[in-house]
Amino acid sequence: MRTSVSVTGLRKSYGAHRVLDGIDLTIPQGTVFSLLGPNGAGKTTTVQILSTLIKADAGEIRVAGHDLAEEPDEVRAAIGVTGQFSAVDSFLTGEENLRLVADLLHLGRTRGRARARELLERFDLTDAARKPAATYSGGMRRRLDLAMTLVGTPELIFLDEPTTGLDPRSRRTMWQIVRDLVQQDGVTIFLTTQYLEEADELSDHIALLSQGRLVAEGTPEELKRMVPGGHIVVRFADPDGYRRAVSHVGATSSNDAALTVQIPDPGGIRPLRQLLEWLDTHAIDVAELSVHTPDLDDVFLALTEEPSR
Amino acid sequence: MRAITDSATMLRRQVTHIWRYPTLILTFVAVPVVFLLLFVYVLGGIMGAGIGGDRTAYAGYTTPGIMIMTIASAAQGTAISVAVDMTEGIVARFKTMAIARVSVLTGHVLGALVQNFIAITAVTLTALLIGFRPGASALDWLGVIGVLAMFAFAITWLSVALGMVTENVATASNLPAPLMLLPFLGSGVVPPESMPGPLRWFAEHQPFTPVIETLRALLAGQPAGASFAAAALWSAAIALGGYLWARRLYNRSG
Repeated sequence: MRTSVSVTGLRKSYGAHRVLDGIDLTIPQGTVFSLLGPNGAGKTTTVQILSTLIKADAGEIRVAGHDLAEEPDEVRAAIGVTGQFSAVDSFLTGEENLRLVADLLHLGRTRGRARARELLERFDLTDAARKPAATYSGGMRRRLDLAMTLVGTPELIFLDEPTTGLDPRSRRTMWQIVRDLVQQDGVTIFLTTQYLEEADELSDHIALLSQGRLVAEGTPEELKRMVPGGHIVVRFADPDGYRRAVSHVGATSSNDAALTVQIPDPGGIRPLRQLLEWLDTHAIDVAELSVHTPDLDDVFLALTEEPSR
Repeated sequence: MRAITDSATMLRRQVTHIWRYPTLILTFVAVPVVFLLLFVYVLGGIMGAGIGGDRTAYAGYTTPGIMIMTIASAAQGTAISVAVDMTEGIVARFKTMAIARVSVLTGHVLGALVQNFIAITAVTLTALLIGFRPGASALDWLGVIGVLAMFAFAITWLSVALGMVTENVATASNLPAPLMLLPFLGSGVVPPESMPGPLRWFAEHQPFTPVIETLRALLAGQPAGASFAAAALWSAAIALGGYLWARRLYNRSG
């Protein structure tokens, strides 16, 4: 498989502040890669460097088959960037925005017009095509933004927090669009997000960025296996049962007011059956019982640190 | 040439902005028009006597100054529109596309020249309406247009740079404001000879004065002579300085 992005030893500092401290990455063509991290971890800086907006201090970087430092214009011709601040011209209509990009790409009048119409259709913006982008909702702006990115049919698209600030429905629409891009157009996606659910839904590969370093990397499943975050939560029906059980079930935490305990779960059926049998023999009433498998939240919290302030 | 076609595309974008939101340009036309009316009708009687004529003679005297004030006024509009572009995500899109990099800036400059000429035309028509009677020939008028274009080009490059100095649109809009004062501290509204020593020296040596003097001579149908050479030199220097500064600010990383 062709490699779309390869990065070795990427470093970037602003004065004494080291933002990226030796990043290595390889992203195969036609996959979704998510860079996950808390605010200030260096996600946006990474995207800005890989998309030629700012220069790295050190590191060997190839994007879409071109050396980033030597051939920035060849890289630019192969990529598209949709940032967290929508890159649309609010004064122009949706159609004019798309035509503007088409003109800058020298598509020619007929092809530019056809491409604009096709993208408006695809992103459900045909009805709003002649209205200024300033009147668009957040979701519509993001869709127009992405449509503008697609005018030049890029092979690699950077999506910097594409759903930040969107409502749940618009977020789901955006996810479907990203899936279609990969499946129908064979595009490679470099996604940054702070939503773990988003990374889990979309990515083939995830890297966790914390304080300028990659602290974990793998498929969503591999990452989830890295932390033993599984547990069972039991809510008791009455204070008496809660009191009798709490010291016997090996709870790691308990809540006297809510009558709940949290018990580590090594996985499998046996520990759960043993717990239920114990509760049964001691005639303790349980109001609610739930089993939690580790999710990316657990991974995220276990592996990333808050930047020290 | 990629730079030319891309600049033309960016110019179309600016013209669409002007066309769709004419309020901005109206603001920058209103300021010099109001100044023109104030100077001619409120102060014109006394000012006219001061230069040895009447109100109409003073309208003739001050119109070139107000034309240049219009360029200073439009500079604020340019700085604002550049600052708005730089603070929105759209400039990141342009910078990550394989286009002629400079076209983002040249588009603003060309768009600003269009705005300048709309504004100056409005000011000139107002002046003609209230009694300004230039003695310029057709050739002189061509010279007037040329000098205005030359100076507007220079001030526009400077204001493009000013629009990028800060990340803040409000600050960017204030930075070119001192330019509005320079016609006053030159030969825009009264002859510098009437000013006290140091101010007179400044008025006679600052860049706006030779430009205003050149326009005044051309509009009166007289040869511009030495003031034209000074105006051309100043314009070239300001344009080059503004361009280099703007380019450096645009290309700075981060």
